[in-house]
Amino acid sequence: MPQILVENLVKTFRVAERRPGLAGAFAGLFSRKHRTVRAIDGVSFSIEAGELIGYIGPNGAGKSTTVKALSGILVPDSGRCEILGRTPWKDRVAHVARIGVVFGQRTQLWWDLPVTESFELLRDIYRVPAEDFLKRRDELVALLGLGPVLDTPARQLSLGQRMRCDLAAALLHAPPILFLDEPTIGLDASAKLAVRDFVKRLNRERGVTVILTTHDMDDIEALCERVMVIADGRILSDGTLAKLRQSVTRERWLTLDLVEEKGAIEDPDARVVERDGLRVRLAFDPEKVSPAVLVARIAARHPVRDLFVENPPIEAIVARLYGELKP
Amino acid sequence: MIVKLLAASLRANLHYRASFFMQTVAAALITCVEFLGIWALFSRFGSLPGWSLPEVALFYGLINTAFALTDLFSRGFDMFADTLRVGDFDRVLLRPRAAALQIAGQDLRLRPLGRLAQGAVILAWAAAHVAWTPDRAALAALSLAGSFCLFYGLLVFQATIAFWTIDSLEMMNSLTYGGVYAGGYPLDIYPLWFRRTFTFAVPLACVNWYPVLAILGREVPPAAAWLAPLAGPAFLGIALMAWRVGVGRYASTGN
Repeated sequence: MPQILVENLVKTFRVAERRPGLAGAFAGLFSRKHRTVRAIDGVSFSIEAGELIGYIGPNGAGKSTTVKALSGILVPDSGRCEILGRTPWKDRVAHVARIGVVFGQRTQLWWDLPVTESFELLRDIYRVPAEDFLKRRDELVALLGLGPVLDTPARQLSLGQRMRCDLAAALLHAPPILFLDEPTIGLDASAKLAVRDFVKRLNRERGVTVILTTHDMDDIEALCERVMVIADGRILSDGTLAKLRQSVTRERWLTLDLVEEKGAIEDPDARVVERDGLRVRLAFDPEKVSPAVLVARIAARHPVRDLFVENPPIEAIVARLYGELKP
Repeated sequence: MIVKLLAASLRANLHYRASFFMQTVAAALITCVEFLGIWALFSRFGSLPGWSLPEVALFYGLINTAFALTDLFSRGFDMFADTLRVGDFDRVLLRPRAAALQIAGQDLRLRPLGRLAQGAVILAWAAAHVAWTPDRAALAALSLAGSFCLFYGLLVFQATIAFWTIDSLEMMNSLTYGGVYAGGYPLDIYPLWFRRTFTFAVPLACVNWYPVLAILGREVPPAAAWLAPLAGPAFLGIALMAWRVGVGRYASTGN
């Protein structure tokens, strides 16, 4: 039995259509047209304990609807979901005691209270025994380097500090499952690294299952073995990063540093992705032309100082995947 | 847990000391002026037909004290429409406790202390004119508790309506504040339909009028005096049931 099992989850919303202008707004007071939107449309997946999953998709694709249903605060129209043997929305209180949730955009700390007091309140809310609480709090404080900010009210924290405090706050009750919604949004580079490093350790060392929604593909590349892509309410792709790449494109990129900046680079089996002075980036399909042949052909016409072959960045893959969805 | 949440909110709010003093003083002044209004009425027209000023003050003092107590402990429900609008209710649902308990513990301000002090002073003055017996004291306590529950119920209803529409505040305010104001006078000065509304729909008469009649030694069936205040907790119970329906609706529609 997987830790998280989702089968055929469907959720529709009725959205009131707004008519334009003042007259339209008045008319809307008396009769409203409603339109039904399928936020998620038959989503299924299963997750084993200890997995670290990236859940990505364009805005409005159904990510947060899924996460809300999985965290028990939204009741879907149909479909099945079992997490740790419970249906989240049928047994909300018992369910949420066993999960942790962190929203990058919102804090769950008390705004005007020192961080440490927020932790104490959460201890009461989650009924964590005093000993467990102290042990876990001290561990988290050490791991996340929170010592210096414990007595600061949440509103005075920097975004990076706040996010680290929120991570600690979500883990005080030692949940086996953690939902992270955009945990690195707005953070500077070093704060992002700190968050990623922590999440990785949490997953590897404690075996905490992590479901991460993000728009930052570096998060995905740094953390996730498995990626689920949702668009228009359906799961488009579910598997390893490598598989995701393959399903979208076999393309690889050849980057060349030329000796002199002249002449157009042309080859029947490659297309230019970008050109910046002496640096040229070409995309090619290794099934059609081997990199060695391609390099030889180009080097015969243009002196090359340096070169390397790489996978397109995950951003390009995902952009392409989303792009293919639109008519 | 509620006590700890409320204490935390209070500590947070006490950071804004100046605002706290201003609000408390303002609330006290408003109650004071209101009562001066009643006093002015009396000095101008002699009396309300059949009621002396200390008697009216008992109605007024009891209901204002009760309302101030409710106001003190129900701010989370009072401000619930905002909580809902900014999406903070999701956070409440993500915690393993009953949503109503968390909302009740969400915010504690000392602002209503001004009204409470005024209400208590007027109540004390009115009480000095009453011939107390143990029964009457118990009735006064019952009336206070019943009114507290009734007003709390109104605020829970107000919060519940926010699940359907964000424009619940004005209508409910007319019932809560209107109720406090109306209940500050003996009910028999009002027309019948008004008295019925405040007996059966919003049972203000049950928690205030009947027990106070008995305390003042007026003609009233003992059953009415003793049982009527239970309408307060009953009303709160119904409000909490409606609240559960609202939470259910929220969970199926999102926001």
